[in-house]
Amino acid sequence: MKALSRIYNFLVFAFLYAPIAVMIVYSFNGIKSRSVLEGFSLQWYQELFHDSVIMKSLYTSLLLAVLSAIISTIIGTAAAVGINASRGIRKKIYLAVNNIPMVNPDIVTAVSMMILFVFVFSTLNKFEMGFGTLLIAHITFCIPYVILEVLPKIKGMDSNIYNAALDLGCPPIKSFIKVVLPQIKPGIVTGLIMAFTLSLDDFIISYFNSGSTVQTLSVTIFSMTKKPYSPKINALSTLLFTAILILLLIINLPKDKNSVKKKGAKK
Amino acid sequence: MNKSDTRLKRIMTAPFSVWMAIFVIVPIGLVLYYAFTSSEGGFTLENIASIWEYRGTYLISIELALVATVICLLMAYPLAYSISKMKARRQQTMVLLVMLPMWMNFLIRTYAWMTILEDTGLINTFIKFLLSLVGYEFEGFTMINTNGAIVLGMVYNFLPYMVLPIYTVLTKIDRSVIEAARDLGAGGMDVFTRVILPQSVPGIISGITMVFVPAVSTFVISKLLGGGMTYLIGDIIENYFLGNTGEVNYNVGAALSLVLMVLILISMGIMNHFDEDAETNGGGLF
Amino acid sequence: MKKFISLLLSSIIAFSFAVVAPAANEKTVLNVYNWGEYIDLSTIDMFEEENPNIKVNYTTYDSNEAMYSKIVSGAASYDIVIPSDYMISKLIQDDMLAELDFDNIPNFANVDKAYKNKSYDPENKYTVPYFWGTVVVIYNSKYVAPEDAEKESLDLLWNEKYAGKILMFDNPRDAFGLALTKLGYSQNSESEEEWQEAAELLKEQKPLVQAYVMDAIFDKMEAEEAWIAPYYAGDAIIIQETNPNVDFYIPKEGTNLFFDAMCVLKTSAHKEEAEKFINFMCEPEIAAMNSEEVGYATPITKAAKELLDPEITGNPIIYPGDEFLRENTEVFVNLPQKIQMIQSALWTNLKIQSSESGEKESALDWVDWFCIATAAVGVVSAAYFIVRNSRRKKLWKSAV
Repeated sequence: MKALSRIYNFLVFAFLYAPIAVMIVYSFNGIKSRSVLEGFSLQWYQELFHDSVIMKSLYTSLLLAVLSAIISTIIGTAAAVGINASRGIRKKIYLAVNNIPMVNPDIVTAVSMMILFVFVFSTLNKFEMGFGTLLIAHITFCIPYVILEVLPKIKGMDSNIYNAALDLGCPPIKSFIKVVLPQIKPGIVTGLIMAFTLSLDDFIISYFNSGSTVQTLSVTIFSMTKKPYSPKINALSTLLFTAILILLLIINLPKDKNSVKKKGAKK
Repeated sequence: MNKSDTRLKRIMTAPFSVWMAIFVIVPIGLVLYYAFTSSEGGFTLENIASIWEYRGTYLISIELALVATVICLLMAYPLAYSISKMKARRQQTMVLLVMLPMWMNFLIRTYAWMTILEDTGLINTFIKFLLSLVGYEFEGFTMINTNGAIVLGMVYNFLPYMVLPIYTVLTKIDRSVIEAARDLGAGGMDVFTRVILPQSVPGIISGITMVFVPAVSTFVISKLLGGGMTYLIGDIIENYFLGNTGEVNYNVGAALSLVLMVLILISMGIMNHFDEDAETNGGGLF
Repeated sequence: MKKFISLLLSSIIAFSFAVVAPAANEKTVLNVYNWGEYIDLSTIDMFEEENPNIKVNYTTYDSNEAMYSKIVSGAASYDIVIPSDYMISKLIQDDMLAELDFDNIPNFANVDKAYKNKSYDPENKYTVPYFWGTVVVIYNSKYVAPEDAEKESLDLLWNEKYAGKILMFDNPRDAFGLALTKLGYSQNSESEEEWQEAAELLKEQKPLVQAYVMDAIFDKMEAEEAWIAPYYAGDAIIIQETNPNVDFYIPKEGTNLFFDAMCVLKTSAHKEEAEKFINFMCEPEIAAMNSEEVGYATPITKAAKELLDPEITGNPIIYPGDEFLRENTEVFVNLPQKIQMIQSALWTNLKIQSSESGEKESALDWVDWFCIATAAVGVVSAAYFIVRNSRRKKLWKSAV
């Protein structure tokens, strides 16, 4: 039974990683072919770094992800605190609205935002889609996920400490920063990371809401898939894969150490 | 609750309320508005009525997404189950391995499948090579540009969304309940069907929604792996908004999106009904 | 009310713009929107070098229709677009093109007079030709029997012998153009019945088609993934350079002759810079470089006659003679609105047809049934568990 489940797990992981392995192997291909492997070269990596379109869209994507993660985390965290404190119908409405972007298929969210922008811009005959619309769209779909992460942390918090701070004469805002924030920090950090990755990974919403001047990396990749094949796309994904792998290792290693430490302390 | 507290609460939610009102509620209002007006601006039901023409597309989208969801479930459950039984440290690594592909751009991953599935792709070349060793001429399978390829793309892309919630729920099952069942004489199969499976229903349900919703509305997978042979509802919506067929029509596009949205809301409603008495939500992704 | 709402919304949007607007760039950005694989990118670098205060933002589209919808949505601003003949007429008709100041385009004199004052722009006020060419049938001689290719007919695209190895245009105008020509009708037919017939013909072809693609054709033909495809002559040359087995012909039934021309949109804020760019592209050396890279025929006389390889300019498929063009080709014109709607509806209809042949409704068959059965079992068992659980809970509650 155990051997069987091992084999099964192996097969599923083989399925998950097969395309990634193919991409990595072909990124070192000596010739420009999607089927034949011949020789080893790093030329596609070189070309990748000289491709101004890809580099520019990578920059756009990163900037967009950072900005939308920060802004949505601020709005989301504040909202989570407020939502947690509200009661009754008000709270229900907040939660329902918050659910909309998560429940809706991406394409519906994308299209509805596009309608909004086109409608407003054409009635005003001013502005055009670009970085601003992308940022707005990304913040909008990131906020609910931040709230999803932060809200349970606030719920689980001991509100007595906050009240005690108030009773001791600490002004609400100060006691919020000094007492509440440290307690919900883990939730905020997860929310921030999640917003960052969601924004970086998004294609559909960016596809409908980017104008003529800016393209995110996903949109650029999509246009590359429609053009004649270039192994640059493989080189790019290999680099992304390595970066993500390293990032995940960094994020996960200190966590392990902490848990080990905690265990030790308990003893 | 004192007054300043209420004010603070209001201030805290104000940016959220304003933002969501403008960028979530108003856009959905505009979708509704466009769906029920003609391009000249008058009220009409024509857009909604014209959806009847696309019933086949809705059906095929739902069908393919359903097939992909079921395959995902069948593939994911055993995996999630076996991960949940591993040692804690190993569990962490395995979950990371499941998530890792998800962090990569899904377009790139889907694109890589083309290399594998094509007539001159890796699988066919490999089989041809093997058969040529025994002196047999083989024409190769047609895998790319079929509905099967689209389903494969969906399963591949959304499998982690099924594994993770099921896994989360499985780890939360109280071991002592399983032990109690054992002590009361339940066999391995009985424990699974009567204790573990019912308790993992919330995870399964959240997995199903997380796979089905993006699968039913995709247009990228059908483009890349389907070769433009099968239009899914996402493709039609994309066409009406970005006009690759020559006609841009926000009104019909909005009507199509509206119906898609309603379909999903209905299925979510049904799902939540099943999920009623489990108050835990199936566990997040991260 | 509408005004008020949009004012409110836009002030908020404007605010967020102001906050995040990237640092003001001193260079003028020229947005050029062109077909994919339709330029030698180094010419852009050369242009930027020559005009250090202009930065070209180059983006691509893969059909006239996609380009059109992007610019009419008003969501994006482009300075230069390079549409084809019929789309130019449409843009002129919609009053979207700016009249060019030909004083800024002295190199317009380099354009062969055969490509001036074409029907889409009779007084030549709006356009400067970029490339021209015909639609050809490309095939791989390794797989396509000589007797089938020798007929030089459109029938090859409907030949069942090559089912699954045929590619087709993924845009309605070109696809319907081929079908109409095969039926012996005009590609600009205004008869609804003829369009219906063409749609039937395309439906007939669908089971034989491997995929509907545009520029993906390069890979598929070069790697011999597909054997037969209709496409533009210039691209056929490029494919042939990579895979010498590939050959092509102009179908004997006739074909489409197209002109792509550079236009400046009325909304452009940098008309002068745009004209500079157009002028630059008309330099014989640049045009020759460009033509060599993309394979299409250039309308610049000197480039075609002196600078380019005579082997290419002598190729009767890339540079067919005037007489041949007059007798065998047709230029698309802007179709009446009614026909455009019919075309779009018929095309969507073709695409939503099940791709598998008539007898089978779906490719999945047993997989389908299996999954539907599993889903049904799942629903039933889930319902069972829930009912049982809730009953137990009630029992438990009543007991307590």
